[in-house]
Amino acid sequence: MRPKTKRKIGMTFVGWFVALLVAFPIFWMTLAAFKTEIGAVATPPELFFWPTLENFAEVRSRADYPVFAMNSIVISVTATFFAIVIALPAAYAMAFHPSRHTKDLLLWMLSTKMMPAIGVLLPIYLAYRELHLLDTVSGLIIIYILMNLPIVAWMIYSFFRDVPKEILEASRIDGAKPWQQVTMLLVPLALPGIASTALLSIILCWNEAFWSINLTATQARPLTAFIASFSSPEGLFWAKLSAASLLAIAPIVVLGFMTQRQLVRGLTFGAVK
Amino acid sequence: MANVAQSGARSKRSGREVRTGPLLAPTVVPLVFWAFVPLAVTLWFSLLHYNLLDPITHFVGFDNYSFLFTDPSLFDALWNTVALVGGVLIASIVLGCLFAVLFDQEFYGCSIARLLVIAPFFVMPTVSALIWKNLLMQPVNGLFAFITRSLGLGVVDWFGTWPLTSIGVIVAWQWVPFATLILLTAIQSLDREQVEAARMDGAKPVSMFFFIVLPHLARPIAVVIMIETIFLLSIFAEILVTTNGGPGDASTNLPYLVYKTALLDFDVGGGSAGGIVAVILANVVAIFLLRTVARSLD
Repeated sequence: MRPKTKRKIGMTFVGWFVALLVAFPIFWMTLAAFKTEIGAVATPPELFFWPTLENFAEVRSRADYPVFAMNSIVISVTATFFAIVIALPAAYAMAFHPSRHTKDLLLWMLSTKMMPAIGVLLPIYLAYRELHLLDTVSGLIIIYILMNLPIVAWMIYSFFRDVPKEILEASRIDGAKPWQQVTMLLVPLALPGIASTALLSIILCWNEAFWSINLTATQARPLTAFIASFSSPEGLFWAKLSAASLLAIAPIVVLGFMTQRQLVRGLTFGAVK
Repeated sequence: MANVAQSGARSKRSGREVRTGPLLAPTVVPLVFWAFVPLAVTLWFSLLHYNLLDPITHFVGFDNYSFLFTDPSLFDALWNTVALVGGVLIASIVLGCLFAVLFDQEFYGCSIARLLVIAPFFVMPTVSALIWKNLLMQPVNGLFAFITRSLGLGVVDWFGTWPLTSIGVIVAWQWVPFATLILLTAIQSLDREQVEAARMDGAKPVSMFFFIVLPHLARPIAVVIMIETIFLLSIFAEILVTTNGGPGDASTNLPYLVYKTALLDFDVGGGSAGGIVAVILANVVAIFLLRTVARSLD
């Protein structure tokens, strides 16, 4: 028993050392968010200080933070909602009425994810300029729906496959119509799966930084693009940068923790469970 | 064969009740459009003299490509792209395996420690790049400068001296946690009885790792390599907010080169040609990924 306990204590040290080292930049940023601007750049760095909330107040009032936060929320949630609504019927068809081509279809959908965005930026940018979609929330929503459709369809499909076929068969014999099967059986049964699909999609939209930077200017900027603006001289305000960053990542880190396992399934297209 | 016949029969039988076409169309039609139309337009642009500052646009054939392939910045960018992908991949696999084995152990508070290791993956790229650039790597007030100065080692101007490496460190900080998450999940599905049996037979931890754990991880590692490659080939935000591709072209990768050519120099034709090169590069990787995933579907 003794050597086992000893080993466990050793492991605890190593494990926590690595964990704290990896997460250190996040802690450091969190500390800086509660420092004064002068405190944040002080050398030697301040470890013990009187925390202040003034950065958060400043970020909120001066930098229009609520507008950008709202953009992020509206864009991620709306894009996710539509992606799921659009993908649900397809996932149902592929899971319960497969044909010879279902596998090819799934793989082809996956392949659309592999096209680098930079290869299609110019046509999209110029088309958006003509259609007055540049710097609009709806413009980004359209891109994000298309971007996430393959993952969303794929994930819901794999959760539907976990639902025992017998249940559907039984309900069909009892006279349930296909749409009744979907709304009254399938969706409730696969609800946890659909919820984690939604969370993954929201995380991906929230952190997306290529289209958001290139297609927005002022009006429709989500948080990724807003934080990018700190790369200019504004970045000299470290405490404010940290406060804004903390507000931008906190909700999504929490969502990420909640959905880790399903995340693995979604991000590896079911290749690792 | 039997399987195919069965599913064929099933779809025929249920075909009377459910026509799958209308169910699939809302997903498939927009995706077909998204996959082919913009790419075709990029291909067309790449054959044009098309500059947003020049009102005259005309067909020039492969001129953009021949110009691109005589421009040293393309080869710099290609090299930087490959170096960035390669470096981060090596870090991800080596550290990812080590961390996965470490956090697979039971220890006090291990579930919280696991969350901490995975956390950086959920931080948006612009935040992680700016936090590292300012709070940590900045040569005057940054924490690293303070530490090296206190140890009497002098100060490193990270983005001035090693711009690509610095960006690589930041990107690795985001992607090592991803590899850890995937590999940890995979390790946890390892057959415990097999491990126990090997331990009973007197296998040492090192040989257990190489003969039991690593073979089990072969496919997850392949998946991590390919998924990360796809994302790493299009790193953009991290470069934009830290070095702007500089100094010179020292940290310009392919996506950033296209961005510079097209949106800063307004050369749509040249940028499109660069975009097509990026698409070809990504497709080579994609073929391998699709093969792996296709095998897992059976």
